[in-house]
Amino acid sequence: MDDLLVDFLTETNEGLAELDVALVKLERNPADEATLSLIFRLVHTIKGTCGFLGLGRLEKVAHAAEDVLGKLRDKQLPLTGDVITNVLFAIDQIKEIVNALTATGAEPAGEDSKLIASLNAISHGEAAPVAQSPPAPLPSKIIAAVAPSPQPVLAMIPVEAPAEDPPSPEISSDAQSSATGNAPANAQTIRVGVDVLEDLMTLVSELVLTRNQLLQLTRTGDDKDGELGRFTVPLQRLSHITSDLQEGVMKTRMQPIGNAWNKLPRLVRDLARELNKKIELVMVGADTELDRQVLELIKDPLTHMVRNSADHGLETPQARRAAGKPETGQISLNAYHEGGHILIEIADDGAGLAVGRIKAKALANGLATDAELAAMTEAQIQRFIMRAGFSTAAAVTSVSGRGVGMDVVKTNIEQIGGTIDLKSTEGRGTVFTIKIPLTLAIVSALIVEAGGERFAIPQISVVELVRARVGGTVGGEGDNAAPVVEQINATPVLRLREQLLPLVSLTNLLRLPETAATPEAVYIVVTQIGGTTLGIIVDRVFDTEEIVVKPVSPILRHITMFSGNTILGDGSVIMILDPNGIARASGVGALDGRSADRRGTVAKARVASDGKMAMLLFRAGGPEPKAVPLGLIARLEDIDRDKVEYTAGQPVTQYRGRLMPLVPMNGVLDPDRARYSVLVFCDDETGGRAASRTGIGDGGRCMGLVVDQIVDVVEERLQVELAGGRPGLLGSAVIAGQATDVIDISYYLTQAYADWFSHPEQHAGRKSDAGPPRILVVEDSEFFRNLLVPTLASAGFEVVAVSSTAQAFRLHDAGDEFDAILSDIEMPDMNGIAFVRALRAKGRWAELPVIALTGHVAPEQIELGREAGFTDYVAKGERQALLRSLQQCLAQPVTQHSITLAA
Amino acid sequence: MSQTLSDRPASDAASNEKVFVTLTVADQLCGVPALNVRDILGEQSLTRVPMAPREIAGSLNLRGRIVTAMDLRRRLNLADAPPGTPRMSVVVEQGGELYALLVDQVSEVISLPASAFERNPPTLPPPWSEYSAGIFRLQNRLLVVLDTERLLALAPAS
Repeated sequence: MDDLLVDFLTETNEGLAELDVALVKLERNPADEATLSLIFRLVHTIKGTCGFLGLGRLEKVAHAAEDVLGKLRDKQLPLTGDVITNVLFAIDQIKEIVNALTATGAEPAGEDSKLIASLNAISHGEAAPVAQSPPAPLPSKIIAAVAPSPQPVLAMIPVEAPAEDPPSPEISSDAQSSATGNAPANAQTIRVGVDVLEDLMTLVSELVLTRNQLLQLTRTGDDKDGELGRFTVPLQRLSHITSDLQEGVMKTRMQPIGNAWNKLPRLVRDLARELNKKIELVMVGADTELDRQVLELIKDPLTHMVRNSADHGLETPQARRAAGKPETGQISLNAYHEGGHILIEIADDGAGLAVGRIKAKALANGLATDAELAAMTEAQIQRFIMRAGFSTAAAVTSVSGRGVGMDVVKTNIEQIGGTIDLKSTEGRGTVFTIKIPLTLAIVSALIVEAGGERFAIPQISVVELVRARVGGTVGGEGDNAAPVVEQINATPVLRLREQLLPLVSLTNLLRLPETAATPEAVYIVVTQIGGTTLGIIVDRVFDTEEIVVKPVSPILRHITMFSGNTILGDGSVIMILDPNGIARASGVGALDGRSADRRGTVAKARVASDGKMAMLLFRAGGPEPKAVPLGLIARLEDIDRDKVEYTAGQPVTQYRGRLMPLVPMNGVLDPDRARYSVLVFCDDETGGRAASRTGIGDGGRCMGLVVDQIVDVVEERLQVELAGGRPGLLGSAVIAGQATDVIDISYYLTQAYADWFSHPEQHAGRKSDAGPPRILVVEDSEFFRNLLVPTLASAGFEVVAVSSTAQAFRLHDAGDEFDAILSDIEMPDMNGIAFVRALRAKGRWAELPVIALTGHVAPEQIELGREAGFTDYVAKGERQALLRSLQQCLAQPVTQHSITLAA
Repeated sequence: MSQTLSDRPASDAASNEKVFVTLTVADQLCGVPALNVRDILGEQSLTRVPMAPREIAGSLNLRGRIVTAMDLRRRLNLADAPPGTPRMSVVVEQGGELYALLVDQVSEVISLPASAFERNPPTLPPPWSEYSAGIFRLQNRLLVVLDTERLLALAPAS
């Protein structure tokens, strides 16, 4: 492209940006002659230059616009909104042509006669044709395209004073005071290609690194003959100069954020017209400087958010009046520095976010369940608007409400290492706060070590550092002991200020070799990513360092865990972790749509758990693990030593408003421990909870089994080797690769309450006149039989267990009577389905409730079972569900079952 | 060093000769066009890159530039070098990025006549056939010309 043309394009683009601002300013204050002259001069310059360059089409449009402006200036025409609109259309058309020129180097083919005719009509004093369709739709760039705009790559370098006029009168006084009067300040600026600046920046970065290496050398070097001492002074000088140079070069890349804002007054004006709203745009801190790279990347998200505020945030003048607010809504932008970052607030005094509507939408889109929503704070609910596919605008307007938007804004801001948060009060307005780094080139990072390698974590996402012990029980020794990393099904978590913090081990995540010796304590880097916190487990934490971010080599770019790499002061290369990538990889960052995902996996886990059972592993009275089915346990508790009291020599504790006997697994309570880990067993579903809530319902008896340490929860297919003889032991099984004692919980229950199994009360809901309900259990697995019998007995049933359907039929033939039957589905000789069909076919038991016990709880299975004649379906090991089901079955008149079954 | 390397081919261009930096990987003599070579390095300390393909030995700092190092033994499906053996690197540039090829030994810079060049024998099995751009007949050995572009075209997640 011709050098002349390049210069022209650069100049024209700048002029156009200035024009937009000036025209809107003029519209608000038609008497402002200085602005009018400025506009005239700018358009005139464009016209003149394109005549010189032979750009005919551009010249004609500019000429027509200049005519109108000239008449306005000479007061031959009144200044009205329509006139301005037409001039703006002309400017838009000029922009279109200039953009095409930039792309192709030639004027695009096209026709502007309509526009020129209407401009001419205005300048001849004829009634302004009302806003004809704009020559081209406003370039409503989608934010996803955050790539730097295709404008010529040139940056303005302010040498002494800001080169541009303050963009608009709305800018606060502090912005205006920084400008040097109203005269077109021809400050001393030079144009430098951006690539020159980029090269300079790269060189300086490398100079900084070399300087750091030299400093390191002199600090650690072997100074036998005092040679190094001679370098100290010049080196210090080099160090200072390098720092100054770095700062200077950084400055050349800095631009006032106002440069990203200068399109906004025009945008807001157009939006206000389109939406029939009255909007005032207030911009504060336009001279806040930030790196031009960041500026480019923040431009589009900002535009989108302002658009959003105008469309969704602010109400119509009528609605505002009704709400007792001034008709004119306000959108304010405020930028300022804070701690090495730039904060930008986008606030509106509109309707605020309707929490109710967001909830409804979240439910409808399956982003959360009712229960999850109920547990959320208002702020958490409001954050839903930043999830993909979420738009609360009832109607899709041409402005926004397309269901893409805030999530893209969020992604783009996170891409540049920033964060976004929002605060909203219904009826009062919404404030978005964006926090972005000043520059992308140099960031402050925390250096950590995991698996023998060092990594840098950008400081912006680090909230705090926690040192935690590995292993041992919570609060095991002393009250001020460090927090402990606990495990749920081998997934580490940490209790941090009454909150469960999900943890991820950097060593595991990056598949680094485990360090030989498991450390006693680890460091947890608590990071905040969007609305979630995640703890990253590392082996060591070093220091924070200012690092120069360099992009990762292309052949490694597919590894999403890293956002870049850098060279440390000691000359070694180090990878920079991307907290967003880590969160995504560990399943946390999928927080958008997380609940949906999680539900999916839970459902899968259920189906897959056929024959598997969740077991709680613990230690008590010895290093070997012990296990108890998780389904039997009501809760896990930690009980302080001083909460333990003694009645009649037996330890008890006050638990949910009543006394709970404590049974130490190994006979006695260890007096040296400050806290005890307790497995709580209750003999009805609600346990102590109902009792404490209502003060009645003494059906709930609880017992606490005191163990040394809760180890883990594992889900495994159980092969229990029965070991008769030893009290309190069902047998042993291989769990998690280790021989494990499976506890017979009924033994310990009777230690607490000798009468546990002959409980006088009938929980089963049957009239007590006929004695306890009799249940027949048909189950081939001895382990499950041993599990079910105490469970049912403790709930007040009389239980008979058989190991095959043949035995069950023998009982039937022998004249035995039962109130209900529990049957396994998968059994060797005759399966449960065939069994229940046979029962329903004939005989005295034809109308008994029969409950299926199974590992499969798939809907088809349930359907199949119901067709065969099962009354209900219960998953194995789900004690509470089983008891509930039994109660329901027994409460209904049995005949009703046959009716429903027949239907 | 890169200066001297790039000087030579200019003078030899007319005589239809090509200049190669020769190196050995598991006793096989190989050559990389000298024009592509930016540096020869001795043993370097490498930073491992977790999750990277196994061919990537790590990253190293070359005068302030981060260079990704690829282990040629692994890339060519050869046994790893015995632990503790010092390795050398040939730094090549591709697409504006620097890569270090980890080899057993870098020997010399030689100029070879085009007449000694042969295409790959059709029986050459992969991965050699894939990364060899052809063979030069030397007096007493054969030299495999490495196709650095293909070597560095590491498919992601492979």
